[in-house]
Amino acid sequence: MLHFSLSAHGQALAYLVSAVLFIFALKSLTHPASARRGNFYGMIGMVIAVAATLLGQEVTSYGFIIAGVAGGAVIGTILAMRIQMAAMPQLVAALHSFVGLAAVLVAIGTFIITAHPDAVMMGELSAGIVIGAITFTGSVIAFGKLQGLISGSPVKFTGQHALNAAMALAVIGFAVHFAMTGSVLSLSLMTLIAFALGVTLIIPIGGADMPVVISMLNSYSGWAAAATGFTLHNNLLIIVGALVGFSGAILSYIMCKGMNRSIINVVFGGFGSGDEADTGAGALAAQRGVKSASVEDVVYWMEDAAKVIIIPGYGMAAAQAQHALKELMELLVARGVDVKFAIHPVAGRMPGHMNVLLAEADIPYERVLEMDEINSEFPTADVALVVGANDVVNPAAEEDKSSPIYGMPILQAGKARQVYFLKRSMRPGYSGVDNLLFYKDNTSLVFGDAKDTIEGMASALKGSGH
Amino acid sequence: MSDPIVALYVFVLACFIGYYVIWGVTPSLHTPLMALTNAISGIVIVGALLVAGAERAGLAAELLGFLAVLLASINVFGGFLVTHRMLSMFQKKKK
Repeated sequence: MLHFSLSAHGQALAYLVSAVLFIFALKSLTHPASARRGNFYGMIGMVIAVAATLLGQEVTSYGFIIAGVAGGAVIGTILAMRIQMAAMPQLVAALHSFVGLAAVLVAIGTFIITAHPDAVMMGELSAGIVIGAITFTGSVIAFGKLQGLISGSPVKFTGQHALNAAMALAVIGFAVHFAMTGSVLSLSLMTLIAFALGVTLIIPIGGADMPVVISMLNSYSGWAAAATGFTLHNNLLIIVGALVGFSGAILSYIMCKGMNRSIINVVFGGFGSGDEADTGAGALAAQRGVKSASVEDVVYWMEDAAKVIIIPGYGMAAAQAQHALKELMELLVARGVDVKFAIHPVAGRMPGHMNVLLAEADIPYERVLEMDEINSEFPTADVALVVGANDVVNPAAEEDKSSPIYGMPILQAGKARQVYFLKRSMRPGYSGVDNLLFYKDNTSLVFGDAKDTIEGMASALKGSGH
Repeated sequence: MSDPIVALYVFVLACFIGYYVIWGVTPSLHTPLMALTNAISGIVIVGALLVAGAERAGLAAELLGFLAVLLASINVFGGFLVTHRMLSMFQKKKK
């Protein structure tokens, strides 16, 4: 069909060019201004890699390939264009699962088309299948938890760790047997148990730890690609796999550090329920000596403030309150108020989740600061407005040695002159820990849907004029 | 050096590149970073193409290959486009 075909050397050189482009793509994410160009480098790298593969001598038929790419292009484009920014964690989890499953399929397919696979190759195939299978089912579970299809609560039962250990040993045993004998039965059992292991590894992890889970699965998807690269003797896959694997690993580390927990503790911990309960907020609050405030109270303090710091959390995403916040910010800025946004590393359901939502609402990123940059500014702030965040501002992390979240770095909202929490209910944060900040003299809670409350503030600000 | 050893060299050195490059990424872009890594891990499409397009692969391998190409393509297109969408949000109307 094609008269021109690339030599093996030409193909290897093309792969090298695309590996370099991928490295530049990731490197460009050091700053928002250069990032978009980086994404184009990535696209060019991918086009070169695919073209070089198709032009090589190994690919001889194109029917299934054209159908697959066309289908993937349509589905991928629709997903990317339709997805709401608040649902990004779900999309990312879904894409991780696809990489995992693709790695499994490629490994099995490679086994079928290879005439005489040797032990090393079958060992590498096994690694690709096992990592890919765990990535696939683990990501499906993570998707289900994020989407609310299955409960966010950690699922725990006695003997869980022993069961996981036994399954892991069985997987290794069947992999070794397969590599030595080429037994299709061992291959099948290994694959099935690895799929099951992905489920049992992720279900005990609670809703509060979703940012870590997503990052971990990101890492697995990279290692799955790298294992595929070893099988196929393809250095491009190995390089990309290592880059992605490390990216996920570093994000997991940053998320764990943001919660002052070790990765071991997250994987075996079962922290947080992730379920929303809404019961008699106002009455319960009064009982426990918590002050509640009205929208007018908050506006009264904000309109003449010099500095307001807004702390968004998952509640902002759930209420889709980012656009209302943008309007509030503009009204305050017009009155000469210095408005800033403070982002905790684990705010939301995935790394950087809040930043994307604020960017979606057109809030300039210069106003959006990370925890280390903003913490010194709270003592000079007149108002700290906490929108759907909880644990990340809880002083128990600094004051109460017996608290499960003790040692977690927090945003020091309590140091502002006035602290307002926009909350739907009195329920504690994902950690299940009561927030000591609620009971401080300068703190008040504003109950209601975050979006409605903020819109109320905005219209009150407009009404009060100058 | 044998082929698997060369591959191991490449892998270990790439891990170092990954380590240094990723630490440089600004935290505000961590979500786009994940979407971009989704897109580039769609590079398993290379393996999928080799399976789907192999000579005399047989129907079983062709079907596996087709599914793998489909899934990897979703990652490639979905990942790059959604990254583009997010990064455009970070870029517009900066003050």
